[in-house]
Amino acid sequence: MTESPLATPAAGTDASVPAAPGARRFWRRLRAQRAALVAAAVVALLVLVALAAPLLTALEGQDPFTYHPSLIDSARGGVPVGSLGGIGAEHWLGVEPQTGRDLFARLVYGARVSLGVALAATVIQVAIGVAVGVAAALGNQWVDQLLSRITDIIVAMPLMIMSLALLAVVPASFPRPVLVTLVIGLIAWGSIAKIVRAQTLSMKGLDYVSAARLSGWKTWRIARRELLPGLAAPVITYAALLVPMNISVEAALSFLGVGVKPPTPSWGQMLTAADVWYQAAPQYLLLPAGALFVTVLALTVFGDGVRTALDPRAASRLRIGTGRKDKDAATATAAAGATATDADATKKEATA
Amino acid sequence: MSGFGGFLLRRAVGTVITLLAISVIVYVVFYVTPGNVAQITCGPRCSPAQVHQVAEQLHLGDPLYVRYWHFLQGLFAGQDFSTGTSLEHCAAPCLGQSYQTGQQVLDIILGKLPVSLSLVLGGMVLWLALGVGTGVLSAWRRGRLSERVLTAITLAGTATPVFVIGLVLMIVVCGELQLLPFPEYVAFTDDPEQWAWNLLLPWLSLALIEAATFARLTRAAMLETLAEDHVRTFRAYGVGERAIVGRHALRGAFAPVIALNANNVGSAVGGAVLTETLFGLPGIGQELVHAVKVVDLPVVVGMVLVIAFFVVLANAVADVLYAVADRRVVLA
Repeated sequence: MTESPLATPAAGTDASVPAAPGARRFWRRLRAQRAALVAAAVVALLVLVALAAPLLTALEGQDPFTYHPSLIDSARGGVPVGSLGGIGAEHWLGVEPQTGRDLFARLVYGARVSLGVALAATVIQVAIGVAVGVAAALGNQWVDQLLSRITDIIVAMPLMIMSLALLAVVPASFPRPVLVTLVIGLIAWGSIAKIVRAQTLSMKGLDYVSAARLSGWKTWRIARRELLPGLAAPVITYAALLVPMNISVEAALSFLGVGVKPPTPSWGQMLTAADVWYQAAPQYLLLPAGALFVTVLALTVFGDGVRTALDPRAASRLRIGTGRKDKDAATATAAAGATATDADATKKEATA
Repeated sequence: MSGFGGFLLRRAVGTVITLLAISVIVYVVFYVTPGNVAQITCGPRCSPAQVHQVAEQLHLGDPLYVRYWHFLQGLFAGQDFSTGTSLEHCAAPCLGQSYQTGQQVLDIILGKLPVSLSLVLGGMVLWLALGVGTGVLSAWRRGRLSERVLTAITLAGTATPVFVIGLVLMIVVCGELQLLPFPEYVAFTDDPEQWAWNLLLPWLSLALIEAATFARLTRAAMLETLAEDHVRTFRAYGVGERAIVGRHALRGAFAPVIALNANNVGSAVGGAVLTETLFGLPGIGQELVHAVKVVDLPVVVGMVLVIAFFVVLANAVADVLYAVADRRVVLA
């Protein structure tokens, strides 16, 4: 608790020193959390699977697009031939009912879509959020007013509804995964802009920033050299929570049939198709559902771990409320609570 | 009181500005897209004559600000539509008409509203009860095994997409165990009992997801209160733990829960879209998804405006409620 406290995203108004988080200290703190480590391993595995999708399917000798009519029992309504939905050495996880496409291949290629869209959307959100937040905090009163208003409006727009609607107007010829990425990225940057603005404002008054200003540094140089390093902790924390949120939104849009379109595989879209097959081919439903659940859970736990690792005060959360008075501890709960709430709220806004 | 009055006024003005800004954004996004706007608006199956008529209704020949003005006029004062053969009046708030079904958008929305309201309001009761209950329990049992289990469950709740929970619930409860029939909407006015039974699963799926957020918030707010001076004083006077958690700490969670609930309307509506689609409930969400799929632009635009209106309004109410609750805390 005596180490230099990092400002939490939500507690941007307190005047703690936003020391750049030493990468080594960050790793030490992250390693101390078992759940976060397991989650990190799962995330790493998922990323590997997504990257190696062509390799893995080549190893299996299948691809996600080829129909296998011979593996479908048309007499039984399109159910895969064989036990357990056609699982075997040829098709590791069986085949899709009706089409006979390889499930393993569709699942691992689906991971590419899920993670790719979510990560790219997060990059867009962070880029816009940081730019708008820093500009609002450093600009004059008018710039701040204007940008803050715009941010408020962006936050007020229901993400799910807006993305749904936007997907209606863009011509079908536009590549769907790119479109979904852009839509999510361009709508849901409001919260990060707010956090960055608050954090930048609180850092602006600190001595080392004033010193830079007094020695005649230009605003741009101050932003780049003095402010951005201090923003790293809150931005990384928040971005780590944005990724699972974006995965849920992509899956939801594809589930509704307006996101990623077939034949491109996507977990959300597989769920829609699998809905009616749950009795005849349960693994068709369970695989994408499980993949989605594990991915979002692992990313959420990992995000929580990153937050704890970057925010020394969050770790003390569990020890609070034992009745002893501890001013430090009280602020810590407040900060931890506020951060959790904030992140949750935005996450819900999107999942929805 | 003048301070509070001023706050209310500022908030009201801010809300109106936000609503106007959203109407501009929605208008520009949907009616100033590249390509033949009239053709897109009218839908793929419109005849050239119909397209021409739509172009006239949207005033496509006029400059942008004039077009937007007509759009606003329709919203606030109503509009006359020529349907080719006759002149139809669309009363304010006129959201236009679907060129594909010929229905007025407002009528479509009002027709679907009872379903969506039933879903969201019923779900809200459930998620507040579940969420706050879990939060209280885990704040009370903090540091023990039961708290860790509850935390794990809420974490899983925040991490699960609503359609996955709904799908699993539907398959297990309706398909395998056959405890309930597959949901089918029955109007409350027709048969309240059937209405509730049929909505039970949709409510539950929506509530399980939303409750997790409330549980985390309640827990955090209660722990914060528990660390405060006055609670220490209560403890020193020998007030029991149950009373401290149940009465005093819970009061601390009151304001944030109310605020989050109002702020959560946007998310709940999004969740409702998914729930309705999954369970086949004929509500606004299902209609919106349908309209998006068949590119029925006036319906999409109207629904986005109406939903955004409610979400912005709920956010404003959340702010006011929070201020009121906070003042009461200060006074008490």
